[in-house]
Amino acid sequence: MSTLATDVAIIGGGLVGTSAALALRRSGLSVVVLDKGYCGAQASGVNYGGVRRQGRPLAQIPLSQRAHAIWPRLKELIGIDGEFLRSGHLKLARTEAEMAALETYAARVADLGLDLELMGHNGLRERYPWIAGHVAGASLCPGDGHANPRLVSAAFARAAERAGAHVMEHTPVHHVERMPDGFHLSTGAGIDIKARHVVNSAGAWAAPFAAAFGEPVPLGRIYPCLIVTEPVAPAMTVNIGAEGGGIYARQVERGNCIVGGVRGAPLPDADFSRPVGAPAISVMNRAAKLFPALRHAHAIRFWTGTEGDMPDRNPVIGFSATTPGLIHAFGFSGAGFQIAPGVGEVVADLIRDGRSTTPIDAFAIDRFVRTNEGSGADLMTEPQQRETSQ
Amino acid sequence: MSKKLRPLIVGAGPAGIRAAEVLANAGIRPLVVDEAPLGGGQIYRQRFVPDERTPRDLYGSEASKATALHQTFAALADCIDYRPQALVWNIGPTVADIAVDGRSRRADFTHLVLATGATDRVLPFDGWTIPGVFTLGGAQVALKSQGCAIGDSVVFMGTGPLLYLVAWQYLKAGAQVAAVLDTAPFAAKLNLLLGLPSQPGVVLRGIRYAAELVARGIPVHYGVAPIRVEGGARVTGIAWREAGKESRLACDAVGFGLGLRSETQLADLAGCHFIFDERDRAWRPERDAAGRTSVPGVYAAGDGAGVAGADAAELAGERTGWAILQDANLPVDTMRIRLLEKKLGAIDRFRSILERAFPFPTAWAAGLPDDVVLCRCEEIAVADARLAARQQSVVEINRLKALTRIGMGRCQGRMCGTAAAEVLASSCGRSLEAVGRLRSQAPIKPLPLDLTGEEDAA
Repeated sequence: MSTLATDVAIIGGGLVGTSAALALRRSGLSVVVLDKGYCGAQASGVNYGGVRRQGRPLAQIPLSQRAHAIWPRLKELIGIDGEFLRSGHLKLARTEAEMAALETYAARVADLGLDLELMGHNGLRERYPWIAGHVAGASLCPGDGHANPRLVSAAFARAAERAGAHVMEHTPVHHVERMPDGFHLSTGAGIDIKARHVVNSAGAWAAPFAAAFGEPVPLGRIYPCLIVTEPVAPAMTVNIGAEGGGIYARQVERGNCIVGGVRGAPLPDADFSRPVGAPAISVMNRAAKLFPALRHAHAIRFWTGTEGDMPDRNPVIGFSATTPGLIHAFGFSGAGFQIAPGVGEVVADLIRDGRSTTPIDAFAIDRFVRTNEGSGADLMTEPQQRETSQ
Repeated sequence: MSKKLRPLIVGAGPAGIRAAEVLANAGIRPLVVDEAPLGGGQIYRQRFVPDERTPRDLYGSEASKATALHQTFAALADCIDYRPQALVWNIGPTVADIAVDGRSRRADFTHLVLATGATDRVLPFDGWTIPGVFTLGGAQVALKSQGCAIGDSVVFMGTGPLLYLVAWQYLKAGAQVAAVLDTAPFAAKLNLLLGLPSQPGVVLRGIRYAAELVARGIPVHYGVAPIRVEGGARVTGIAWREAGKESRLACDAVGFGLGLRSETQLADLAGCHFIFDERDRAWRPERDAAGRTSVPGVYAAGDGAGVAGADAAELAGERTGWAILQDANLPVDTMRIRLLEKKLGAIDRFRSILERAFPFPTAWAAGLPDDVVLCRCEEIAVADARLAARQQSVVEINRLKALTRIGMGRCQGRMCGTAAAEVLASSCGRSLEAVGRLRSQAPIKPLPLDLTGEEDAA
C-alpha cells in the first residue's frame, strides 16, 4: 500500500471538484481528485445544460454572477467552448399569477445585474412567434444561455489534469478521517492519500462523507429525465424555462431539442435510474403544444441522471463546522451546472485565503442544525430545473 | 391458475408465433405485439398488398414453412390478443409501454417472451451512405413486401447465408444481379461440407443458390475487401480489392450485410444479464436451453437471443412457450420438449460450421480510412472514435458515446454499434468483449412527440 501526500484531496470529480482542482493548481497547490467512476459522469455530465442565473434564489446570485464571468472563457480555461451559447434565458408565465411572480422576482433582483426584460403576451408573440399557446408573458435574461454538460464536465477534468492535478478515476474513497498530521483517505485502488485539506464535492454521494465528520445532512436524490428530439430546423433561439416548472427546453446547434420537466425513477440500485413512460410522454406532449415546430418531430432518446437534492434547494458550500481543513460543496438540487465553476473558485479561495469574497453564508452546512428549517434563503421562486413530480 | 397468466410476446415472427401457439393451446391468452402490419417476422414477411406472386415465388424453398407459420398465426386469432404495427418502446418490471395508433398504452404482464429478431450487421466503408446502398435485409424486404428491387443493376456484397439467398431471390424475381462479392475466401465455404451430415437440406440449398447464380453467368468473387462505393446522388459503381488487385464495376445499387445482429434492447431494459457470445461477436441476454433469462418470468427466443436462424427460432419460441407452462406448474409434453432441445442443439452445432463458412471480416474495422462516416445519424467519422481512444484514453463503448455522440442519434447504436465497438477495440487494443456494450435506454426507437398518453392495452 503506497501513500500519496497532497495539499488538497478532492472527493468527487464533478464540475465543482474539477473546477476547484483547476483553480487550486493555478495557486500552486498540489491536488488529488478522486472519483468512484468517470469524472463528470453523474449530475455534472448528465444534467439539462442550462446556464442560467434567472430564477435563482437571491442568496445564490453573487455566486452565480461569479460563474457567469467564467462561462465565456471556457475555451481559454479548458480548451473547448463546451457548446456554450449565450442565447438568453426566457422564463414563461402561463397565467397572470405566474406573470406577477416573474415581476416580483425581477424587482427583487433589479440591482443584481441580471438585466431582466419583462414582456407581455403581445411582446412575446412578436419576438418569439415560435412559442404557441396561452402564454401570459415572460421574463428574458439576455446574458444566460446553455452548454453541453457531457463535454464541459469531462473537459474540466482533463484541464485539471493538464494543470498538474492527479486525477484518479474509478477510485472510490472508502474511508476518510482526520489525524493529527492531516487527513487520511483510503481508496479502493491500493493507494492511500494524505492531505492537508479535503473537499467533499461528492454530489449525491456526499452525505456519508459529511456524516463521517459529525455533520449529518438531509441530502436526498432526484432523477431528472431529459428528452432529446431528432434534429429540426433552427427555431428555438433561447433557452426556455417556465415559472412554476413543468417544462424547460433548448435547441442545440445540431438541431436537436432537449426537453425536461419530469423525473425518472431509481432502479433497485439507486445509483442508477430510468425514464418512466407516463411522465416522459406528458412532457413530450407539453413540448409539442408549446412549440409548433416540434409537433411532428420524434423523440429519439431519453436520459436520466442522479442529482443530490437539499430540502431548501440550496447547496451546502463552505467550511465544515466540526473539522478544520474540510470543505463541503454539494447538494445543488438540480441547479448546479451554471454555478459550479464559480463554486470551484470559491472552494479554492477558502483553501488559499481562508475566506472568499463571494458571500456563501446562506449555504453553511450547520444551517439545518441551527434553525431546523434551512438557510432561509429565498424560497419564493422556483429554480428552472424543478420537475413536476410524476 | 392459468387464468391469471398474462404473457406478453414481443415479436410475431417464427419464435413469437410458436410461443403464442403453445400458450393458446394451454388455454392461456397471450398479448402478441409486433411492429409489422402482418405476422411472419422478417424472414416470412407477408405482402401488405396482395399481388400475383405465390408463396413459392416469395419464400422459395421455405414456402411450406412460411405458409404453415402464417396459417398457424391466422388460426390463433381468436385465442390471443394481437397488436400489429405496435412498438414496445419501454419495459419496466411487469409492465410494458406500447406505442400503437398514435397512443402509448401500458400492458401489465406476468411473463415476457422477447422474440425481437435480428437486423443486418453492418460495418461502414467508403461511400456506404450514398443513396442506393441497402442492407441485404432491406433489399429482401423491398422484394418480398413491396415487390420491387433496390436498383436496375445490383451488386450484393458481404458475408452470411443471406448474401447468396437474396442474390438468388433477386435473380428469380427477374432483377439484374451485377455481381456477388463475398468478403470470405472460397476455401471458407468448404466448411459447409462438415454440415452435410447434420443439416443436408440447408447445405444443399445453399450450394444450389450459388450454383444457379454462377450458371446464370453472374460473377461471384471471393476474398473481397471493399474499397468504396462510387456515386453522388445515387450509386454509380463499386470498387473492391481482391488478391491484391483492384477491380470496379458499374451498378446503381448495392445490397450488403455481414450476417445478423440480435435486437437486444428490450432484454437490457428488462434487466436481463448479458454475456458475450464469441460466435456472434456480440453481447446477448444469457438464457438457458428453454429460453429463460436471468430475470424470472422473462424469456428470450429466436434471433433476438443470439443468431440461429428461422428454423431454430420456431423451435426456441415453442420451447419458451413450454417453459412458461413449466414455470407455472402446468402440464407439459416432456417428450416434445426433449425433441425441441435436441433439435436446437443440432442447429447450434451447425451454426458454428456456418460461422466458419461465412466468417465475419475481423480486420475490416482496423483498415477503415479515417474519413469514413461511422455514425451516420450524428455524422461522426471513424477518425473521431480513434481520436477519442488515443487522446482521451477511451476504452469503453458508453464512454465513447458520451464523448463523441456515436450512437446518440436516431438509431441509438442499432446500426453503428457494431462498427463503433470494432473500431474502438482495434484502436485501444482491447478485445471486443472488453470494450463492452451500449446501455439501452427507452425509447428503443423514435416516438412521435404528440403521442397520446397512457391507457391500458388490455
